[in-house]
Amino acid sequence: MLTYTLKRLVLAALVTLTVSVISFGLLRLSGDVAAALAGADATSADVEYLRRHYGLDRPLPIQYLDWLGQALRGDLGQSLYFKQPVAGMIRERLPVTLTIGACGIAFAVLLGIPLGVIAALRPNSWVDRAALTLAVCGQALPSFWFALLMILLFGVVLRWLPISGFERWQHLVMPTVALGYNALPAIMRLTRAGMVEVLRSDYIRTAYAKGLARPAVLFKHGLRNALIPVVSLTAVQLGFMLGGSIVIESVFALHGIGHLAWQSISRRDLPVVQAIVLIISCFYVLITLLADLVNASLDPRIRMGGAR
Amino acid sequence: MSAQTAAASAAKLREHDRLRRALRHGGLLAGTAILAVMILGAVLAPLLAPHDPYDQDLGNRLVNPIWHADGTWVHPLGTDGLGRDYLSRLIYGSRISLLIGFGCALISGVIGSALGVAAGYFGGRVDMAVMFLITTRLSMPVVLVALAAVALVGGSLGVVVWVLGLLIWDRFAVVIRAATQQIRGLEYVTAAQAAGSSTWRILARDVLPNVLDQLLVVATLEVAHAVLLEAALSFLGLGVQPPAPSWGLMVSEAKEHMFFSPWLITLPGVGLFALVLAINLLGDGLRDIAAPRRDR
Repeated sequence: MLTYTLKRLVLAALVTLTVSVISFGLLRLSGDVAAALAGADATSADVEYLRRHYGLDRPLPIQYLDWLGQALRGDLGQSLYFKQPVAGMIRERLPVTLTIGACGIAFAVLLGIPLGVIAALRPNSWVDRAALTLAVCGQALPSFWFALLMILLFGVVLRWLPISGFERWQHLVMPTVALGYNALPAIMRLTRAGMVEVLRSDYIRTAYAKGLARPAVLFKHGLRNALIPVVSLTAVQLGFMLGGSIVIESVFALHGIGHLAWQSISRRDLPVVQAIVLIISCFYVLITLLADLVNASLDPRIRMGGAR
Repeated sequence: MSAQTAAASAAKLREHDRLRRALRHGGLLAGTAILAVMILGAVLAPLLAPHDPYDQDLGNRLVNPIWHADGTWVHPLGTDGLGRDYLSRLIYGSRISLLIGFGCALISGVIGSALGVAAGYFGGRVDMAVMFLITTRLSMPVVLVALAAVALVGGSLGVVVWVLGLLIWDRFAVVIRAATQQIRGLEYVTAAQAAGSSTWRILARDVLPNVLDQLLVVATLEVAHAVLLEAALSFLGLGVQPPAPSWGLMVSEAKEHMFFSPWLITLPGVGLFALVLAINLLGDGLRDIAAPRRDR
C-alpha cells in the first residue's frame, strides 16, 4: 500500500507541475503582458517601465520558476482588472463553486447508483428501459439549455424556485440539477454494468449457497465490488464538474470561480485565468488521487499492482 | 481451397449477421435517420432555407412562429431580435454543428489513436509517457482552457475546431490503447513479427483494422461531445462569433427575449438535443453490434 501511495503521489505531483507549465505558457503566449498591464493609452516608455518593474524582461524559465515559487507560497499574482491579489479573489468565490459541485455530484450519485442497481437486478424490465432512456436523453442535453428551460418552467411559469442568487437552499436546486444530471448517466450505466457482472460471478453464487439472505448478498458482496470502478468515475466527474460549472454559474449568475474565469477571459485578465486553471486542475488531481487511494484500500489487486 | 471458401462464407455470414442485428436495432435506425435528415438539411440549406439567414429586417423583429395566432408562413418559425428568419438560421446552424462535430472528431481521432496505438503496441516507457499525457490532459478543465484559447486566438469556426480537436483526444487514446494491448498479444501479430514484417506494416495491416470498431464508437461519442462543447463555448460568447447562426450562440442571443419569446431558446436547443441524441444512439448501436451484450 505504501509503495502504491508513493507512486501515486509522485504522479500527482508531476501532473500538477506539467499543468502549471501549461497554464503559465498560456499567459505568456497570449502576447505582451506589460502592454496589457499598461492599458491602451500608455506610451512605450510606460510599457518598458512596467516590463522592468514586474520582471517581464527576464528569460521565461526564470519567470516561470519565480511564479511557481510564489504560487506555492499562496501568492497567485495580481489581477490586471481588479488590481487585487488573485488568491484572495479566488478564496472569496471558491465556496460557491465547491458548494454547487458537491451538491451536483451528490445528486448524480444518490440517483445514479440506486437506479443502476435496480436496473441491474431486473435487466430488460421497464425500470431498466426507463433508466436507459433517461441516460441516453440526459447525455444529449446541452447543460446551458437545460438550465434555461428549468428557469423558464420552475422560475417563470410555475414560480416555484428563484432564478438567480445564492442565499437560501432554494437557490441551489436548479444549479445542482443542471450540473449533476450530466454525470448521472455515466454513473448509472457503470453501476448497472458492474452489478450485472458481479451478480454473475462465482462468489455471489457461493454467498447464496452458504445461506446468506438476499440483501446481505446484494449489498455486502455485490454492490461493494460493483462500486469500485464507480468511485473512480465519480471522482473524475466531480473534477469535470468544477471545470464545467463555468457554464452553470453564468446561467444562474452565481459568483463562483467559473463566473470569475469567464469574466476574466473576456477581459483578458490572464493572471486570474491562469490561476483558476491551475486551481481546478489541482482539485482534479487531488480528487482522483483520493479516489485511487480509496480504491486501493478496497481492492488488494490494485495496490499489489496486478492486472485489472 | 475449401478452407478458404469456408472462411469466406463464414465471414459473409458474420457480415450478414451484423447487418441483421443493425436492422433490428431500433436506436441505431432512429439515430441514423435523424442524422441523415440533419446532414441532408445542412447540405441542401440554400435550397431549403426560405430566407438569407443573415438578412436583418428591423421592422419585423420577434415575429411569432406559425403556431401563434399572428404567425405567418413568411416566417414559419418567426424571427429573432434582429428580424432574421429563424427557420433559415436553424437550418444553416446545423452546418456549423456538423462541421465542428466531425472536424473535431477527425483531429482528435488522429491524435488519440496515434497515441493509443503507440502506447498499446510498444508498451514500456512509451506507454508510461502516453498515460502521463492522458492524465495531464484530463486534469485540465476543457471548457475553461478552450474558452481561454479561443479568446486568445480569436473566435472563428476553424479556431474552435482546432482548439477542441486538440483537447478531446483523451478518450480515443484510452480506448485504442486498451484495444491495441489486447491485439498485440494475439497470434497473428506474433506471426507477422516472426515473418519479419516492419512495425509500420504490422500497425497498419494487423492492428489498425482490428481496432476500427472501437475507434468508430469513440468517434461518434466525440462528435457528440464536440457539438455540445461548441454550443457551450458559443453560448458563453467565446466560440463561433456573431452573426454566424451557431445554435449555442442563438440560445445566448435569445436570452434577453426568453420571457416573452421562449421559442427562440427552445428551438435551437431542440436542434442540439436531436443531433447529439442521434449521434449517441448511433454510437450505442454500433457498440451493440460490434460486441452484443450478453444481458440484453
